[in-house]
Amino acid sequence: MSEETLLEELLAGKHRALARVISKIEDRSPGYRELVSELYAHTGNADVIGITGSPGAGKSTLVDKLAETYRERGETVGIIAIDPSSPFTGGAVLGDRIRMASTVGDMDVFVRSMSARGTLGGLSTATADAVKAMDAFGKDKVIIETVGAGQNEIDIVRTADTVAVLVPPGSGDDIQTLKAGILEIADIFVVNKADRDGADRTVQELRDMIQLGNEGGMSGGAGGHHSQDVIDAHDDWNGEDDDTTDETGWTTPIVETVATKGTGVDDLLNEFGAHREYLLESGEHATQVRGRYAEEVRTLLREDIHAMLEAELEAAGGVDALAESVRQGETDPYSIADDVLAPLEDCLEEVDVEPSDAA
Amino acid sequence: MSSEQEGESIRCLVAKVGLDGHDRGAHVIARAFRDAGFEVIYSGLHKAPEEIVQAAVQEDVDVLGISILSGAHDTLVPKIMDGLEEYDAKADTLVLAGGVIPDEDREQLKDEGVAAVFGPGTSIEETIEFVRENAPER
Repeated sequence: MSEETLLEELLAGKHRALARVISKIEDRSPGYRELVSELYAHTGNADVIGITGSPGAGKSTLVDKLAETYRERGETVGIIAIDPSSPFTGGAVLGDRIRMASTVGDMDVFVRSMSARGTLGGLSTATADAVKAMDAFGKDKVIIETVGAGQNEIDIVRTADTVAVLVPPGSGDDIQTLKAGILEIADIFVVNKADRDGADRTVQELRDMIQLGNEGGMSGGAGGHHSQDVIDAHDDWNGEDDDTTDETGWTTPIVETVATKGTGVDDLLNEFGAHREYLLESGEHATQVRGRYAEEVRTLLREDIHAMLEAELEAAGGVDALAESVRQGETDPYSIADDVLAPLEDCLEEVDVEPSDAA
Repeated sequence: MSSEQEGESIRCLVAKVGLDGHDRGAHVIARAFRDAGFEVIYSGLHKAPEEIVQAAVQEDVDVLGISILSGAHDTLVPKIMDGLEEYDAKADTLVLAGGVIPDEDREQLKDEGVAAVFGPGTSIEETIEFVRENAPER
């Protein structure tokens, strides 16, 4: 199938074409770049929601219920579920689909499993591109689901407009360890399995943390949107104000859910809506989108240059031979990097001159 | 190693269909495929043929492995094949069947479009080798 027909069929709503486009994106197969850049003209209509949390927090089950509820509201849904791949064989078992049973037989819920097989932050690019494909296809909501295990996952989930972090009850210790990690990127906290013991305490701990973040103005914290001005303003009020919401910022709400029963799912959807509104009204959305595209451009360039350098490395005798010469004490990695880069820099200098000549 | 791993990986859907609660074999296959470097999507138990088709189409798998130990392969498999056909996915999906399938039924399954039938006693290496050699080029 040619790229053009593929694009036409995707825009016409053929599921097979969407599936195939995502494969091309994942595989980085020839022609995928043209395809994705064509897609951009047709995007911008979907709300993108990221769901993350520790393994077993109930992400897939919750996503399933979210999809079901969106469908009841008459909206179409795309889901990208990302699971880790083995660092040794590259193989993966993608198991999120099993939990997504409420919407089977409904092709308007398009579930796609992806493995973390990419290179150099490539997965977040691939995810962003897959989101674009679903957006162009006409999905109203796109949900990205991933384990919040590390930087890679955080980068992925950052491609979403709204990020919900699932915190299971009784993870008090986890909260400590995660503090500098995924909790920072939450726009909404979800205490799932809220019918379990310890749920109240977890909610309380999160609430304390959010307040701490607001009052202390901790950068990047849950209240990271708050500026110093706002904190000063608080000081001027000269009193303890329990309501940490201010006119310009977004205070991370905490939603309690029981995904297996669907409890709290409506509340969560309403919070998603509220956050969406906040983003648009405050102008935060434009900033966010701009930042995301800047990151995408950087990542793409990094990947391209990486590929070029791989060829250079090969030309210089291959990385293994070079590494061996370092081991023998003949040279060092810095000198090699300089040598490999030299022809590229020469080229760039030449190119730099040309446009000014033309102008 | 993964850091240099480019692009394509063979994607497989390991599917359990119908009223059949025995999934040890499917788990073993899923794990072995993973270790062979494939990406495996496992369907879970008791899936209807339509669900399998939906998953196979959306996930754009290269290989669909259907495990049936209930004896209902002669009704379930054709339904899956028809579904794949409906979404233009039949031609480039390698469909395998495994489980308890009598010899006399094999020809019929192959006529339906099943590429190979792996009965009890098939070695895992043989299955993996078959997938590597026959997974559709895309």
